[in-house]
Amino acid sequence: MAAAALGCGGGWRRAWRRGLGGLVPVPIPIPIPALVHVAVPVPACRPPRVVARNAGGGAVPAGKSGLAPWVPVVGLEIHAQISSNSKLFSGSQVQFAAPPNSLVSFFDASLPGTLPVLNRRCVEAAVMTGLALNCSINKKSLFDRKHYFYADLPAGYQITQQRVPIAVNGSLSYSLCIDNKMSQMVTKTVRIKQIQLEQDSGKSLHDDSRSQTLVDLNRAGVGLMEVVMEPDMCCGEEAAAAVRELQLILQTLGSSQAIMAEGQLRVDANVSVHHPGEPYGVRTEVKNINSIRFLAKAIDYEIQRQIEELENGGTILNETRAFDSKLGCTVPMRDKEGMQDYRFMPEPNLPPLILYDTKSLPANVNHQQVVNIDWIHERLPDLPSAKRAKLVELFGILPEHSFTLVNEDGLTEFFENVLKQTQMKPKKVIGWILNDLLSYLKQHSCTVKESPVSSVLLADLLNLLEKKEISASAAKQVFEELWKGEGKTPLEIVKEKQLQLIEDREELEQICQAVIDEHEKEVMAIKAGNQKIVNKLIGLVQRATQGRSNPVLVKQILEKKLSE
Amino acid sequence: MLRASLRQVSAALKEGQVTPTELCQRCLSLIKSTKLLNAYITVAEETALKQAEESEKRYRRGQPLGILDGIPIAVKDNFNTAGIETTCASNMLKGYIPPYNATVVQKLQDQGAVLLGKTNLDEFAMGSGSTDGVFGPVRNPWSYSRQYKEKSVPKSDSEREEFKWVITGGSSGGSAAAVSSFTCFAALGSDTGGSTRNPAAHCGVVGLKPTYGLISRHGLIPLVNSMDVPGILTRCVDDAAVVLGSLAGHDPKDSTTIQDVFQPFELPSLPDVSKLCIGIPKEYNAPGLSSEILSVWSKAADLFKNAGAKVIEVSLPHTRYSIVCYHVLCTAEVASNMARFDGLEYGHRSDVNKSTESMYAATRREGFNDVVRGRILSGNYFLLKQNYENYFVKAQKVRRLIANDFVKVFGSGVDILLTPTTLKDAVPYMEFIKEDNRTRSTQDDILTQAANMAGLPAINVPTALSERGLPVGLQFIGRSFQEKQLLTVAKWFEKQVKFPMIQLEEVKGA
Repeated sequence: MAAAALGCGGGWRRAWRRGLGGLVPVPIPIPIPALVHVAVPVPACRPPRVVARNAGGGAVPAGKSGLAPWVPVVGLEIHAQISSNSKLFSGSQVQFAAPPNSLVSFFDASLPGTLPVLNRRCVEAAVMTGLALNCSINKKSLFDRKHYFYADLPAGYQITQQRVPIAVNGSLSYSLCIDNKMSQMVTKTVRIKQIQLEQDSGKSLHDDSRSQTLVDLNRAGVGLMEVVMEPDMCCGEEAAAAVRELQLILQTLGSSQAIMAEGQLRVDANVSVHHPGEPYGVRTEVKNINSIRFLAKAIDYEIQRQIEELENGGTILNETRAFDSKLGCTVPMRDKEGMQDYRFMPEPNLPPLILYDTKSLPANVNHQQVVNIDWIHERLPDLPSAKRAKLVELFGILPEHSFTLVNEDGLTEFFENVLKQTQMKPKKVIGWILNDLLSYLKQHSCTVKESPVSSVLLADLLNLLEKKEISASAAKQVFEELWKGEGKTPLEIVKEKQLQLIEDREELEQICQAVIDEHEKEVMAIKAGNQKIVNKLIGLVQRATQGRSNPVLVKQILEKKLSE
Repeated sequence: MLRASLRQVSAALKEGQVTPTELCQRCLSLIKSTKLLNAYITVAEETALKQAEESEKRYRRGQPLGILDGIPIAVKDNFNTAGIETTCASNMLKGYIPPYNATVVQKLQDQGAVLLGKTNLDEFAMGSGSTDGVFGPVRNPWSYSRQYKEKSVPKSDSEREEFKWVITGGSSGGSAAAVSSFTCFAALGSDTGGSTRNPAAHCGVVGLKPTYGLISRHGLIPLVNSMDVPGILTRCVDDAAVVLGSLAGHDPKDSTTIQDVFQPFELPSLPDVSKLCIGIPKEYNAPGLSSEILSVWSKAADLFKNAGAKVIEVSLPHTRYSIVCYHVLCTAEVASNMARFDGLEYGHRSDVNKSTESMYAATRREGFNDVVRGRILSGNYFLLKQNYENYFVKAQKVRRLIANDFVKVFGSGVDILLTPTTLKDAVPYMEFIKEDNRTRSTQDDILTQAANMAGLPAINVPTALSERGLPVGLQFIGRSFQEKQLLTVAKWFEKQVKFPMIQLEEVKGA
């Protein structure tokens, strides 16, 4: 009879059947008939017009109708995949880009008779996140089933927390700069409605040419935190800043890796527009946004589209739209969930989730069995806002500089590593980090980690500068050389290119004299009282020395010579 | 030997009077000769003999695993059995071979029990007759007993054998018939609204529904998760206690099981009921209760009275709402639980492949019978946003009231409730199928369902034979997790009533 297990038809489907003997199903996607694909006509995309900047909170100025201005309203629903070894309700491993269907337990495949067992780590991650977002943590939360049929949802329902989520009523402060000026930062707050624990679905891959859908259940059942933000934002940039701050918080906590490109952070935006004093307009939901940059673009496009639609006498449909990153616009989505009644029901196989604080913690309890909110609270790491404040306090840098440091992955660490190896003052170092390093990185679309100029190399370079062995402009040349990543040290480059400062005063005096001799007109002007022209001469000397002269010394020599 | 109780046969195995293999073979051959009963969907002959052989080795070494080692048992076909087809008597799961064992099955095997096969049921355990499965109805062994044949002389030709055989009740009818016809020494059923106790009553065996949460449901294909409990069917109360002891306790795979460690118990050989208070809930004298069962019930109350127990009438006022409340809660959970059967990962898949949706629809239409589809439809209706408050939430509130009725009664000093298990004795199949499944379930679950609503332990004890020579059982309902007290009372009662053994004649059709 046991042998029959392998051969008997109708047991496991195709790919599964061979997996019967062991625990791990054969990693082949399950072919099933394709869904009916409704061809969505791609609308002629308007050129994505820039929405009037309203980061300051103002309304978008009136359109061509010339009536009252429009107020855009943006709310976000964010799904963050919990960073955990195993899934929310099963022991299967969580791993990105594993072979298809290789991380699927019997429960994940919803084999009949299997039951969910809550993963403590996921609960802790949600509590941690809730605390970091100033939420009140519900000591008793409940699980519900949300029903809909879809190929990558094997049970026909998702276990979520519809009625009583684990955390509610929080807030998230984020900053953004106005008009792209780093010096004009504003801090805003968005209310967090709730955080709920829920299962992720699997993935459907639609193979239209062969008219089939392939299902990969590796992701099915992975723990998600759904963070619901109230509609407190009013443009793409605000939403982008809020999401970036959330992402930093999640990464700091380690509760989610929150990498959007890997789908660990998925953002849906609810967008509507209305006139001031009037009720909110009909909203659309924009999905399929896979980077923060696109989030801002998608929202701004959608705001503009709605305004134009309304001003042209049209109406806004309560619909789901997808952002097309290539076209830069949103298009109506075939709505698999449109008008769907999810038929929510309490999940009968999971008792209420009870959390404790130190006060309510029962005596004689097995600490492995309970989650203590206070205990987690005490162990929260420094959040990004605290990190920024510390940077400002510790190094005397400007708040907006601390912002850039923290917001760029790995930049703070880079900065601190440079500081450790140089005598240069932090205030000067930050300039090199933000102006030189960062602009090179941006220019080459590199991350800090990928930078060919390591913190050691930069520190060496800055030390040369600090010891006045090279001038600032020479240092920039060295940096440019370092960026090539040819393995040379700053000192080697300096020597090779002969970028050392000219120490010999006589030599400098000769060069200065030559410049004076060649620029009679300028000399006349200076002598007539226009001291500013001196700077031009200094520049010329610099050029003549290829940046190897000390500008202070040059100025001294020039002034002395001119007054002779 | 096959008519012995589990404890007796266990002793015989230990003393070497019989070997596990002999015992297994005898059971297997009896299963064959009683095939007409249709009690088994799958007979796992090969694995059973292999398990028996293993058991035999242990006995030879003098190291049996315990009282269950070598004991042939049967399991309802809605429990997952690794490598053995598990169908729920549905086209949907025909040919489905699970890759894992239900916790209860694993526990039985770990203690050396020999799994003979999987027993018949109503499709997905939805029914009260064991008549609505895709493998056909189960026949009550008492149909072929001398007791029944003597008392029910056919009135005319049209009432000959084929029309006379009676149903087992359900939905665990296969398990009840298997124990009653001596093909196994114990069987697992499941009990959601009475599915273990009802067939136990009709087949004259002990049927125990333990407290919700005492036994793991992991691997039991669910009907109503919040009410399902694995049930135990045995020939006597002591055997039920043995099986309970081997199954009960926390299971990390089922979050609704109790955390405390369960201590298996033995029942006193001379139970005493004189200090107990027995409650007789008046609402259980329900419309349709046959006069002979009423009289059996009242005699039983007298037995307790005469033994010095306090017997008082009590009221469970919300009992009458139980049926309609159960209907809403049951169908809602069914709608949800059945959603997974979409033909993708396992089970039946329709050939219709125009689109995923059309494949779903065809698969589910082909895979489920009318009863299951009907419950899915009603359940989804009750769960619709506009209906949820009016139906589901209300039903949950009524469920709370029903549970509170019990809390009040037990809080007032009553130890055990005594009620009938069924309204009447088993009816002939031809009569039974005149009514539809829903009407029948409504009538048949009425006395057993409330215990599921409240999660309480309850047991059917075979009590007497009806005028037609068929078994009649009474039900005891106990306090939560007070199985020991419940079984002690049941054992005392069993000793008093001396229910006759079935005189099974040749099982053959007309």
